[in-house]
Amino acid sequence: MDLLTFLQVLDSTMRLATPLLLACLAGLYSERAGIFDIGLEGKMLAAAFLSAAVAFTTGSAWLGLLAGIGASLALSAIHGLASITFRGNQLISGVAINFLAAGLTVVVAQSWFGQGGRTPQLAGAARFEPITLPFADALRDVPVLGPIYYELISGHTALVYLALLLVPLTWWVLYATRFGLRMRAVGENPAAVDTAGVSVIGLRYAAVAICGVLCGIAGTYLATALQAGFVKDMSAGRGYIALAALIFAKWRPWYALYACLLFGFLQALALRPDVIEGALGFKVNGQLLDVLPYILTVIILAGFVGKAIPPRAGGAPYVKER
Amino acid sequence: MDVMPKWADVVLIPLISLILAATLSAIVILAIGESPTNALKIMVDGALGSTYGWGYTLYYATNFIFTGLAVSIAFHARMFNIGGEGQAMMGGLGVALVCMFIPWPHWSLALLGGIVAAAVFGAAWAAIPAFLQAKRGSHIVITTIMFNFIAAALLNYLLIGALKPQGSMEPATGKFPEATHLPNLHDVLGFFGIEFSKAAPANITFFVAILACVAVWALIWRTKLGYELRAFGHSESAAKYAGISPTKIIMVSMLISGGLAGMMAINNVQGEAERLVLNAVEGAGFIGIAVALMGRSHPFGVFLAAILFGFLYQGGAELALWTKIPREMIVVIQALVILFTGALDNMVRMPLERAFLAAKRRNKGAA
Repeated sequence: MDLLTFLQVLDSTMRLATPLLLACLAGLYSERAGIFDIGLEGKMLAAAFLSAAVAFTTGSAWLGLLAGIGASLALSAIHGLASITFRGNQLISGVAINFLAAGLTVVVAQSWFGQGGRTPQLAGAARFEPITLPFADALRDVPVLGPIYYELISGHTALVYLALLLVPLTWWVLYATRFGLRMRAVGENPAAVDTAGVSVIGLRYAAVAICGVLCGIAGTYLATALQAGFVKDMSAGRGYIALAALIFAKWRPWYALYACLLFGFLQALALRPDVIEGALGFKVNGQLLDVLPYILTVIILAGFVGKAIPPRAGGAPYVKER
Repeated sequence: MDVMPKWADVVLIPLISLILAATLSAIVILAIGESPTNALKIMVDGALGSTYGWGYTLYYATNFIFTGLAVSIAFHARMFNIGGEGQAMMGGLGVALVCMFIPWPHWSLALLGGIVAAAVFGAAWAAIPAFLQAKRGSHIVITTIMFNFIAAALLNYLLIGALKPQGSMEPATGKFPEATHLPNLHDVLGFFGIEFSKAAPANITFFVAILACVAVWALIWRTKLGYELRAFGHSESAAKYAGISPTKIIMVSMLISGGLAGMMAINNVQGEAERLVLNAVEGAGFIGIAVALMGRSHPFGVFLAAILFGFLYQGGAELALWTKIPREMIVVIQALVILFTGALDNMVRMPLERAFLAAKRRNKGAA
């Protein structure tokens, strides 16, 4: 396999890992604050639809992004209401949100555009265009480093770079700010946070809202950057893979990046069966590559390769003692 | 202390939740420019207006009874089995293998064989997540979700490979032999002289589902195992103190749950399609969650909720046929039912409890 093919696979790894990374970081905020969220999938889907619909109507991808974040935040609000205010079951709420998004997007898309539950194709400014980094064209012919810079590092959309920047930012917020410390504490021992006079409910709502914003960006990326428009069920299980990546990363930001890159790499390989065959000398079943993230996660969960321990207060609603 | 009388908990709260879900659905239908009353009329006519409609309603309901019971029994042990979808897929695989490779002399034996195979395959698919939960503490919800995807991929792999008849392009098995075909409701009811549509897919499995309801009821409320299961669900530490093994309860409840979800396959695979196709389950595993929540995890409640969802499914198909409302509308309704009866339960319950408390106090004051 030559360098260029390899770089192409890595390039598509970047593009496929981005929505996973955004959703994974979204889940990280929520779950670190003690709110399980299996509704990542639904939030991405809702954001994908509304961003594509608004981007098509207004012709602006950035307005689409705002709309996508809005849609995802609305579902986050439901999740917060159910799991924080009304102390309901967080998993059931997540399931409901996934179905709500799967159904509503198609129903609304059908009545809005009448194209069988999808939005029209996006073009021009309604999509996020790839950004060519400075000197990418000039350096293209430099051996080895030139193609790496041109193919792999340059030429992604703004949202890809945003997702990558969010990793150190999340790390900083989580481990170097007061908010991050309190947020982690609220996921481990909410009673202690409450005793210190900090609002458990406020912190948890903040975390759920951040989760909504990030899922909104992830969904918008799917519909306006990775693809050109919304189609039914376009999130295609990515929310669940992100969840798997979160467990794989043991709820830590840098590891989340590595896990998402790994799972993105598997997705990229599944698209290029010729590359695998060339590299390994035998055919690898595409289905196997598709489910490898899930199988790896089960193995990690089983604790055979290092144990994944979730935040201790995760999934439990907080009831003030009287 | 019970704040509310039992009927309020069992009937009133689900009813209010249902009304809330129906109201929101009506608003959605209004918002996309259709008439909710007209939609309801089409649904009732299409799903309940003829024996053909009933045949579809009961067919879907049969699926949902199995998956609803599966989720319920896990709920009783405070497990959330979200893997009904994958377990039902594997049940389908079991049914397909048994129907294709064993020469059955008569459908009654094939039905028994199908039940056993479906239950064993479904239970086996639940066994690994259950074991990991019991022994390694991995969260059952996450592992069962992962197993849904793994089951789908496995089935996909088998149906485009080993199980596909030669020369066929479609990812499906060949037709099962004649002797494995189950009698449909037309045949069964015709025996008693009752007219029933011949074209509808409801079949004898409906009665198996009713038997399963009775069996699950007896298991949960009339056996020692059922008692242990409920005790574990109420308080794990108390159950442990009473000498109940958590490992045993987790394993047994999940095996039964997986077996029940798998048994759905005798309805949709052996009874209706008479071959195994891709995506045969069509989300019924997930609807089991809504059915179990709505039915308050009681077999009789599950039965009623399954009929309701069968009605929604058949009615929804009719809606898509006669109006501009797409089939996905039922997914929205399903989501709202899960939301209100499951996640937002306290939103309905808290004000009701307050009202009942106030009423109690007033009564006391009067006396």
